[in-house]
Amino acid sequence: MTISDVTLPARLPYSTTLKAGQILRIIDLESQQAVDALFYNLHDFSERYSAQDTLAMQAAQGGPFYLQTGSVLRSNEGRPMLTVIRDTCGFHDTCAGACSCESNTVRFGFETRFMHACRENFLTELGKYGMGKRDLVSNVNFFMNVPIRPNGELTVDDGVSEPGGYVELRAEMDVLVLISNCPQVNNPCNGFKPTPIRIIVSKGK
Amino acid sequence: MNLDNLTPEQYRARYEALQSEARLRASTPAASATAALPVLGNIRATESIPPGCYVALRLRRFDIIRITNPAGTPGAALFMWNEDEPSERFNAGDTTKLQWTTQLTTGRVLFSDMGKILAAITADTGAGHDSIIGPNSPLQTTGRNGRDNLRLAAAKFGLTRRDLGPAISLFSKIVADETGRLHYAGPPPTGAAVELRAEQNLLLALSNTPHALSPVTSATGSIEIAISHAPPDASDLCRHFTQEAIRGYINTDTGFAE
Repeated sequence: MTISDVTLPARLPYSTTLKAGQILRIIDLESQQAVDALFYNLHDFSERYSAQDTLAMQAAQGGPFYLQTGSVLRSNEGRPMLTVIRDTCGFHDTCAGACSCESNTVRFGFETRFMHACRENFLTELGKYGMGKRDLVSNVNFFMNVPIRPNGELTVDDGVSEPGGYVELRAEMDVLVLISNCPQVNNPCNGFKPTPIRIIVSKGK
Repeated sequence: MNLDNLTPEQYRARYEALQSEARLRASTPAASATAALPVLGNIRATESIPPGCYVALRLRRFDIIRITNPAGTPGAALFMWNEDEPSERFNAGDTTKLQWTTQLTTGRVLFSDMGKILAAITADTGAGHDSIIGPNSPLQTTGRNGRDNLRLAAAKFGLTRRDLGPAISLFSKIVADETGRLHYAGPPPTGAAVELRAEQNLLLALSNTPHALSPVTSATGSIEIAISHAPPDASDLCRHFTQEAIRGYINTDTGFAE
Protein backbone atom coordinates (compact mmCIF):
# COMPACT_ATOMS: atom_id res chain seq x y z
CA MET A 1 0.00 0.00 0.00
CA THR A 2 1.46 3.34 -1.07
CA ILE A 3 1.77 6.00 1.63
CA SER A 4 3.36 8.72 -0.53
CA ASP A 5 4.45 8.99 -4.15
CA VAL A 6 6.43 12.07 -5.13
CA THR A 7 8.25 13.08 -8.30
CA LEU A 8 11.14 15.30 -7.23
CA PRO A 9 12.30 17.74 -9.93
CA ALA A 10 15.98 17.99 -10.80
CA ARG A 11 18.25 19.75 -8.22
CA LEU A 12 15.72 19.90 -5.36
CA PRO A 13 15.78 18.65 -1.74
CA TYR A 14 13.13 16.50 -0.07
CA SER A 15 12.51 14.87 3.28
CA THR A 16 10.15 12.25 4.63
CA THR A 17 9.81 9.90 7.56
CA LEU A 18 9.61 6.11 7.64
CA LYS A 19 8.21 3.92 10.37
CA ALA A 20 10.08 0.69 11.06
CA GLY A 21 9.05 -1.85 8.43
CA GLN A 22 8.04 0.70 5.79
CA ILE A 23 9.68 0.63 2.36
CA LEU A 24 11.42 3.52 0.58
CA ARG A 25 11.78 3.17 -3.18
CA ILE A 26 13.92 5.68 -5.09
CA ILE A 27 13.55 5.57 -8.86
CA ASP A 28 16.14 6.99 -11.24
CA LEU A 29 13.62 7.96 -13.91
CA GLU A 30 15.96 8.94 -16.74
CA SER A 31 19.20 7.14 -15.67
CA GLN A 32 22.57 8.26 -14.25
CA GLN A 33 21.08 10.51 -11.57
CA ALA A 34 22.90 10.58 -8.22
CA VAL A 35 20.58 10.82 -5.19
CA ASP A 36 22.30 11.94 -1.98
CA ALA A 37 20.64 10.79 1.23
CA LEU A 38 21.03 11.25 5.00
CA PHE A 39 19.25 9.21 7.67
CA TYR A 40 18.47 10.03 11.32
CA ASN A 41 16.79 8.13 14.15
CA LEU A 42 13.38 9.84 14.15
CA HIS A 43 13.31 9.94 17.96
CA ASP A 44 16.89 11.13 18.56
CA PHE A 45 18.53 12.93 15.65
CA SER A 46 21.99 12.60 17.28
CA GLU A 47 21.87 8.94 16.26
CA ARG A 48 22.39 9.07 12.49
CA TYR A 49 23.72 7.17 9.50
CA SER A 50 27.43 6.33 9.72
CA ALA A 51 29.30 5.33 6.58
CA GLN A 52 32.25 3.95 8.55
CA ASP A 53 30.13 1.74 10.84
CA THR A 54 28.29 0.50 7.75
CA LEU A 55 31.42 -0.25 5.73
CA ALA A 56 33.39 -1.72 8.66
CA MET A 57 30.72 -4.34 9.29
CA GLN A 58 30.22 -4.99 5.58
CA ALA A 59 33.99 -5.41 4.99
CA ALA A 60 34.30 -7.75 7.99
CA GLN A 61 31.62 -9.91 6.34
CA GLY A 62 33.51 -9.96 3.03
CA GLY A 63 31.37 -7.33 1.33
CA PRO A 64 32.42 -4.46 -0.95
CA PHE A 65 33.06 -0.77 -0.18
CA TYR A 66 29.79 0.22 -1.82
CA LEU A 67 26.13 -0.55 -1.11
CA GLN A 68 24.03 -3.15 -2.91
CA THR A 69 21.21 -5.60 -2.18
CA GLY A 70 21.65 -6.93 1.35
CA SER A 71 23.66 -3.97 2.61
CA VAL A 72 22.67 -2.89 6.11
CA LEU A 73 22.93 0.88 6.68
CA ARG A 74 24.14 1.38 10.26
CA SER A 75 23.99 4.30 12.66
CA ASN A 76 26.81 5.85 14.68
CA GLU A 77 25.71 3.43 17.42
CA GLY A 78 26.29 0.52 15.05
CA ARG A 79 22.57 -0.27 14.88
CA PRO A 80 20.76 -1.22 11.65
CA MET A 81 18.75 1.73 10.32
CA LEU A 82 17.72 0.43 6.90
CA THR A 83 18.40 -2.60 4.70
CA VAL A 84 18.72 -2.53 0.91
CA ILE A 85 16.15 -5.14 -0.14
CA ARG A 86 15.97 -4.60 -3.92
CA ASP A 87 18.35 -2.89 -6.30
CA THR A 88 18.63 -2.78 -10.08
CA CYS A 89 21.91 -0.82 -10.06
CA GLY A 90 24.35 -2.76 -7.87
CA PHE A 91 26.58 0.17 -6.90
CA HIS A 92 25.73 2.96 -4.48
CA ASP A 93 28.57 5.05 -3.08
CA THR A 94 29.00 5.98 0.58
CA CYS A 95 32.68 7.10 0.56
CA ALA A 96 32.73 10.29 -1.48
CA GLY A 97 30.30 12.48 0.47
CA ALA A 98 28.02 15.20 -0.86
CA CYS A 99 29.05 18.10 -3.06
CA SER A 100 29.23 21.59 -1.53
CA CYS A 101 29.87 25.09 -2.85
CA GLU A 102 33.13 25.18 -0.88
CA SER A 103 34.45 21.81 -2.00
CA ASN A 104 33.44 22.64 -5.58
CA THR A 105 35.85 25.62 -5.52
CA VAL A 106 38.69 23.24 -4.66
CA ARG A 107 37.70 20.43 -6.99
CA PHE A 108 36.48 22.37 -10.02
CA GLY A 109 37.77 25.93 -9.63
CA PHE A 110 36.56 29.15 -8.00
CA GLU A 111 34.21 29.83 -10.91
CA THR A 112 31.92 27.05 -9.59
CA ARG A 113 31.43 28.62 -6.17
CA PHE A 114 27.86 29.84 -6.64
CA MET A 115 26.47 26.81 -8.42
CA HIS A 116 23.88 24.46 -6.87
CA ALA A 117 25.21 21.87 -4.41
CA CYS A 118 23.84 18.98 -2.34
CA ARG A 119 24.99 20.38 0.98
CA GLU A 120 23.00 23.56 0.31
CA ASN A 121 19.97 21.32 -0.23
CA PHE A 122 20.71 19.37 2.96
CA LEU A 123 21.17 22.52 5.06
CA THR A 124 17.84 23.85 3.79
CA GLU A 125 16.10 20.62 4.73
CA LEU A 126 17.98 20.11 8.04
CA GLY A 127 16.83 23.54 9.18
CA LYS A 128 13.21 22.38 9.07
CA TYR A 129 14.02 19.87 11.82
CA GLY A 130 16.06 22.20 14.03
CA MET A 131 19.36 20.80 12.78
CA GLY A 132 22.35 22.49 11.14
CA LYS A 133 25.77 21.92 9.67
CA ARG A 134 26.99 19.88 12.68
CA ASP A 135 24.40 17.32 11.69
CA LEU A 136 25.49 17.11 8.07
CA VAL A 137 27.52 13.93 8.34
CA SER A 138 28.36 11.03 6.07
CA ASN A 139 25.74 10.24 3.46
CA VAL A 140 24.78 7.69 0.84
CA ASN A 141 25.01 8.56 -2.84
CA PHE A 142 22.47 6.30 -4.50
CA PHE A 143 23.22 5.50 -8.17
CA MET A 144 26.65 7.15 -7.89
CA ASN A 145 29.61 5.19 -9.22
CA VAL A 146 32.79 5.86 -7.22
CA PRO A 147 35.40 3.15 -7.76
CA ILE A 148 38.44 2.85 -5.50
CA ARG A 149 41.20 1.30 -7.57
CA PRO A 150 44.04 -0.93 -6.29
CA ASN A 151 46.44 2.04 -6.62
CA GLY A 152 44.20 4.00 -4.25
CA GLU A 153 42.67 6.26 -6.91
CA LEU A 154 39.15 7.39 -6.11
CA THR A 155 37.11 8.99 -8.89
CA VAL A 156 33.51 9.74 -9.71
CA ASP A 157 32.84 7.73 -12.86
CA ASP A 158 29.84 7.58 -15.18
CA GLY A 159 26.73 6.28 -13.43
CA VAL A 160 25.61 2.77 -14.38
CA SER A 161 21.90 3.01 -13.58
CA GLU A 162 19.36 2.46 -16.35
CA PRO A 163 16.22 4.56 -16.98
CA GLY A 164 13.63 3.49 -14.41
CA GLY A 165 16.25 1.78 -12.28
CA TYR A 166 15.46 1.74 -8.59
CA VAL A 167 16.68 0.91 -5.13
CA GLU A 168 14.39 -0.19 -2.32
CA LEU A 169 15.18 0.04 1.40
CA ARG A 170 13.30 -1.31 4.39
CA ALA A 171 13.42 0.82 7.53
CA GLU A 172 14.71 -1.14 10.55
CA MET A 173 13.86 1.71 12.93
CA ASP A 174 11.75 4.87 12.65
CA VAL A 175 13.87 7.18 10.50
CA LEU A 176 13.96 10.69 9.10
CA VAL A 177 15.14 10.64 5.48
CA LEU A 178 16.73 13.68 3.80
CA ILE A 179 17.31 13.64 0.08
CA SER A 180 19.13 15.92 -2.34
CA ASN A 181 18.44 15.24 -5.99
CA CYS A 182 22.05 16.01 -6.90
CA PRO A 183 22.50 19.19 -8.99
CA GLN A 184 26.18 18.60 -9.80
CA VAL A 185 27.17 19.16 -13.45
CA ASN A 186 30.94 19.35 -13.00
CA ASN A 187 31.44 15.58 -12.76
CA PRO A 188 29.73 12.58 -14.41
CA CYS A 189 27.55 11.58 -11.41
CA ASN A 190 24.44 12.94 -13.14
CA GLY A 191 25.50 12.35 -16.73
CA PHE A 192 26.20 16.15 -16.74
CA LYS A 193 22.42 16.68 -16.86
CA PRO A 194 20.42 16.57 -13.58
CA THR A 195 17.03 14.90 -13.99
CA PRO A 196 13.89 14.20 -11.87
CA ILE A 197 13.55 11.21 -9.57
CA ARG A 198 10.52 9.52 -8.01
CA ILE A 199 10.28 8.62 -4.32
CA ILE A 200 7.67 6.15 -3.12
CA VAL A 201 7.03 5.23 0.51
CA SER A 202 4.92 2.16 1.06
CA LYS A 203 3.71 0.01 3.90
CA GLY A 204 5.83 -3.10 4.31
CA LYS A 205 4.49 -6.58 4.78
CA MET B 1 31.34 31.29 -20.02
CA ASN B 2 28.06 30.63 -18.20
CA LEU B 3 28.76 27.51 -16.16
CA ASP B 4 25.07 26.80 -15.68
CA ASN B 5 24.48 26.48 -19.40
CA LEU B 6 27.26 24.37 -20.87
CA THR B 7 26.42 21.27 -22.87
CA PRO B 8 27.03 17.83 -21.30
CA GLU B 9 29.96 17.45 -23.70
CA GLN B 10 31.53 20.70 -22.47
CA TYR B 11 31.10 19.69 -18.80
CA ARG B 12 32.65 16.31 -19.55
CA ALA B 13 35.66 17.89 -21.23
CA ARG B 14 36.26 20.06 -18.15
CA TYR B 15 36.04 17.02 -15.84
CA GLU B 16 38.32 14.86 -17.93
CA ALA B 17 40.97 17.59 -18.03
CA LEU B 18 40.95 17.79 -14.21
CA GLN B 19 41.04 14.00 -13.91
CA SER B 20 44.00 13.54 -16.23
CA GLU B 21 45.93 16.29 -14.39
CA ALA B 22 45.27 14.56 -11.05
CA ARG B 23 46.38 11.20 -12.45
CA LEU B 24 49.58 12.72 -13.77
CA ARG B 25 50.43 14.21 -10.38
CA ALA B 26 49.51 11.02 -8.51
CA SER B 27 51.95 9.09 -10.68
CA THR B 28 54.74 11.60 -10.03
CA PRO B 29 56.76 10.45 -7.02
CA ALA B 30 57.07 13.96 -5.59
CA ALA B 31 55.66 12.70 -2.33
CA SER B 32 57.63 9.83 -0.97
CA ALA B 33 57.54 8.04 2.30
CA THR B 34 60.86 7.97 4.09
CA ALA B 35 62.36 5.28 6.30
CA ALA B 36 62.87 7.72 9.15
CA LEU B 37 61.65 11.26 9.71
CA PRO B 38 64.13 14.15 10.00
CA VAL B 39 64.98 15.39 13.48
CA LEU B 40 62.22 17.62 14.85
CA GLY B 41 63.60 20.82 16.37
CA ASN B 42 62.20 23.11 19.08
CA ILE B 43 60.00 20.48 20.71
CA ARG B 44 57.86 22.22 23.31
CA ALA B 45 55.84 19.25 24.57
CA THR B 46 55.87 15.47 24.43
CA GLU B 47 53.36 12.96 25.63
CA SER B 48 52.99 9.19 25.69
CA ILE B 49 49.48 7.80 25.10
CA PRO B 50 49.19 4.37 26.77
CA PRO B 51 47.34 1.54 24.98
CA GLY B 52 43.58 2.18 24.93
CA CYS B 53 43.90 5.83 25.99
CA TYR B 54 43.43 9.18 24.23
CA VAL B 55 44.38 12.85 24.35
CA ALA B 56 42.46 16.03 23.50
CA LEU B 57 44.84 18.74 22.28
CA ARG B 58 44.74 22.33 21.07
CA LEU B 59 47.17 23.21 18.29
CA ARG B 60 48.02 26.69 16.98
CA ARG B 61 48.23 27.36 13.25
CA PHE B 62 51.62 26.05 12.00
CA ASP B 63 52.20 23.86 15.04
CA ILE B 64 53.76 20.53 14.12
CA ILE B 65 52.61 17.31 15.74
CA ARG B 66 54.74 14.24 15.23
CA ILE B 67 52.98 10.96 16.03
CA THR B 68 55.20 7.91 16.49
CA ASN B 69 54.23 4.27 16.89
CA PRO B 70 57.29 2.54 18.41
CA ALA B 71 55.71 -0.90 18.88
CA GLY B 72 53.71 -1.02 15.63
CA THR B 73 50.32 -0.99 17.36
CA PRO B 74 47.53 -1.53 14.76
CA GLY B 75 46.12 1.98 14.43
CA ALA B 76 45.53 5.33 16.12
CA ALA B 77 42.21 7.16 15.72
CA LEU B 78 42.32 10.84 14.73
CA PHE B 79 39.70 13.55 14.35
CA MET B 80 39.97 17.35 14.34
CA TRP B 81 37.94 20.54 14.35
CA ASN B 82 38.66 24.19 13.60
CA GLU B 83 38.98 25.64 17.11
CA ASP B 84 37.69 29.05 15.97
CA GLU B 85 34.54 27.52 14.43
CA PRO B 86 34.08 23.91 15.59
CA SER B 87 31.21 23.31 13.16
CA GLU B 88 34.03 23.15 10.62
CA ARG B 89 35.62 19.71 11.00
CA PHE B 90 37.55 16.98 9.24
CA ASN B 91 35.72 15.66 6.19
CA ALA B 92 36.88 12.25 5.02
CA GLY B 93 34.82 12.31 1.82
CA ASP B 94 36.21 15.65 0.70
CA THR B 95 39.77 14.71 1.69
CA THR B 96 39.79 11.71 -0.65
CA LYS B 97 37.53 13.08 -3.39
CA LEU B 98 39.31 16.44 -3.71
CA GLN B 99 42.70 14.75 -3.97
CA TRP B 100 41.42 11.89 -6.17
CA THR B 101 43.05 9.32 -3.88
CA THR B 102 42.61 7.33 -0.68
CA GLN B 103 46.40 7.23 -0.17
CA LEU B 104 47.14 9.79 2.51
CA THR B 105 50.88 10.31 2.85
CA THR B 106 53.59 12.99 2.59
CA GLY B 107 52.41 15.95 0.50
CA ARG B 108 48.69 15.33 0.97
CA VAL B 109 46.41 17.49 3.09
CA LEU B 110 43.39 16.90 5.35
CA PHE B 111 40.36 18.93 4.28
CA SER B 112 37.51 20.26 6.39
CA ASP B 113 33.91 20.37 5.15
CA MET B 114 34.46 24.02 4.12
CA GLY B 115 36.92 23.58 1.26
CA LYS B 116 39.72 24.54 3.66
CA ILE B 117 42.73 22.65 4.92
CA LEU B 118 42.95 21.67 8.58
CA ALA B 119 46.35 19.97 8.47
CA ALA B 120 49.08 18.93 6.06
CA ILE B 121 51.00 15.64 6.10
CA THR B 122 54.52 17.08 6.14
CA ALA B 123 56.35 13.79 6.71
CA ASP B 124 55.41 10.12 6.86
CA THR B 125 57.15 6.76 6.99
CA GLY B 126 54.39 5.35 4.77
CA ALA B 127 52.58 2.93 7.08
CA GLY B 128 49.25 3.86 5.48
CA HIS B 129 46.40 5.90 6.93
CA ASP B 130 42.75 5.04 6.32
CA SER B 131 39.72 7.34 6.25
CA ILE B 132 37.31 4.96 4.48
CA ILE B 133 36.73 2.24 7.11
CA GLY B 134 38.35 4.06 10.03
CA PRO B 135 38.82 3.37 13.75
CA ASN B 136 37.21 0.52 15.68
CA SER B 137 34.04 0.83 17.74
CA PRO B 138 31.91 -1.31 20.07
CA LEU B 139 30.99 -3.34 16.96
CA GLN B 140 34.51 -4.81 17.05
CA THR B 141 35.45 -4.87 20.75
CA THR B 142 33.94 -4.66 24.20
CA GLY B 143 37.14 -2.95 25.33
CA ARG B 144 38.34 0.61 24.86
CA ASN B 145 37.75 1.65 21.27
CA GLY B 146 38.29 4.49 18.84
CA ARG B 147 34.70 5.65 18.53
CA ASP B 148 34.13 6.01 22.26
CA ASN B 149 37.56 7.56 22.85
CA LEU B 150 37.00 10.17 20.10
CA ARG B 151 33.66 11.00 21.73
CA LEU B 152 35.35 11.37 25.12
CA ALA B 153 37.99 13.66 23.62
CA ALA B 154 35.21 15.65 21.88
CA ALA B 155 33.43 15.97 25.24
CA LYS B 156 36.52 17.69 26.68
CA PHE B 157 35.89 20.47 24.15
CA GLY B 158 32.17 20.59 24.95
CA LEU B 159 31.32 18.63 21.81
CA THR B 160 29.10 15.54 21.46
CA ARG B 161 28.50 12.59 19.14
CA ARG B 162 26.82 15.06 16.76
CA ASP B 163 30.27 16.53 16.21
CA LEU B 164 31.98 13.37 14.98
CA GLY B 165 31.94 12.04 11.47
CA PRO B 166 34.14 9.59 9.60
CA ALA B 167 37.59 9.65 11.23
CA ILE B 168 41.11 8.62 10.24
CA SER B 169 42.82 5.51 11.49
CA LEU B 170 46.54 6.32 11.33
CA PHE B 171 49.03 3.48 10.85
CA SER B 172 46.37 1.42 9.07
CA LYS B 173 47.08 0.12 5.59
CA ILE B 174 43.95 -0.72 3.59
CA VAL B 175 44.18 -2.04 0.05
CA ALA B 176 41.39 -2.29 -2.54
CA ASP B 177 41.26 -5.36 -4.76
CA GLU B 178 39.82 -5.66 -8.28
CA THR B 179 36.47 -6.94 -6.95
CA GLY B 180 35.66 -3.87 -4.83
CA ARG B 181 36.76 -5.29 -1.49
CA LEU B 182 38.99 -3.45 0.98
CA HIS B 183 41.51 -5.53 2.86
CA TYR B 184 43.46 -4.83 6.04
CA ALA B 185 47.13 -5.28 5.18
CA GLY B 186 48.40 -6.10 8.67
CA PRO B 187 49.93 -4.03 11.46
CA PRO B 188 52.41 -1.23 10.68
CA PRO B 189 56.16 -1.65 11.05
CA THR B 190 57.64 -0.77 14.42
CA GLY B 191 58.72 2.86 14.57
CA ALA B 192 56.14 4.07 12.03
CA ALA B 193 55.66 7.83 12.26
CA VAL B 194 53.66 10.63 10.67
CA GLU B 195 53.94 14.39 11.05
CA LEU B 196 51.09 16.88 10.64
CA ARG B 197 51.25 20.67 10.41
CA ALA B 198 48.16 22.51 11.66
CA GLU B 199 46.97 24.93 8.97
CA GLN B 200 44.32 26.44 11.24
CA ASN B 201 43.94 26.59 15.03
CA LEU B 202 42.79 23.07 15.83
CA LEU B 203 41.04 20.95 18.39
CA LEU B 204 42.50 17.49 17.94
CA ALA B 205 41.41 14.10 19.29
CA LEU B 206 43.91 11.25 19.14
CA SER B 207 43.19 7.77 20.48
CA ASN B 208 45.56 4.83 20.84
CA THR B 209 43.09 2.23 19.59
CA PRO B 210 43.17 -0.13 16.57
CA HIS B 211 41.66 0.03 13.10
CA ALA B 212 38.17 -1.46 12.69
CA LEU B 213 39.45 -4.36 10.58
CA SER B 214 42.48 -5.19 12.72
CA PRO B 215 42.20 -8.76 14.03
CA VAL B 216 44.06 -7.49 17.11
CA THR B 217 41.40 -5.36 18.79
CA SER B 218 43.48 -3.87 21.63
CA ALA B 219 46.50 -1.58 21.28
CA THR B 220 49.85 -3.33 21.64
CA GLY B 221 52.04 -0.38 22.64
CA SER B 222 52.12 3.33 23.33
CA ILE B 223 51.66 6.16 20.82
CA GLU B 224 54.19 8.95 21.32
CA ILE B 225 53.58 12.57 20.36
CA ALA B 226 55.91 15.55 20.11
CA ILE B 227 54.80 19.12 19.39
CA SER B 228 56.81 21.87 17.75
CA HIS B 229 56.12 24.93 15.61
CA ALA B 230 57.35 25.66 12.08
CA PRO B 231 55.62 27.97 9.59
CA PRO B 232 55.95 26.70 6.01
CA ASP B 233 58.60 28.22 3.76
CA ALA B 234 58.15 29.23 0.14
CA SER B 235 59.17 25.83 -1.18
CA ASP B 236 56.75 23.87 1.04
CA LEU B 237 55.68 20.63 -0.66
CA CYS B 238 52.14 20.37 0.72
CA ARG B 239 51.21 23.92 -0.26
CA HIS B 240 52.11 23.30 -3.89
CA PHE B 241 51.58 19.58 -4.36
CA THR B 242 48.31 19.72 -6.32
CA GLN B 243 46.09 22.32 -7.96
CA GLU B 244 43.38 21.27 -5.50
CA ALA B 245 45.68 21.90 -2.51
CA ILE B 246 46.64 25.32 -3.91
CA ARG B 247 42.96 26.28 -4.12
CA GLY B 248 42.34 24.80 -0.65
CA TYR B 249 45.14 26.96 0.77
CA ILE B 250 43.70 30.06 -0.89
CA ASN B 251 40.39 29.31 0.89
CA THR B 252 42.24 28.67 4.17
CA ASP B 253 44.66 31.60 4.17
CA THR B 254 41.86 34.06 3.34
CA GLY B 255 40.64 33.52 6.91
CA PHE B 256 43.96 34.64 8.42
CA ALA B 257 45.08 38.25 8.02
CA GLU B 258 48.81 37.81 7.75
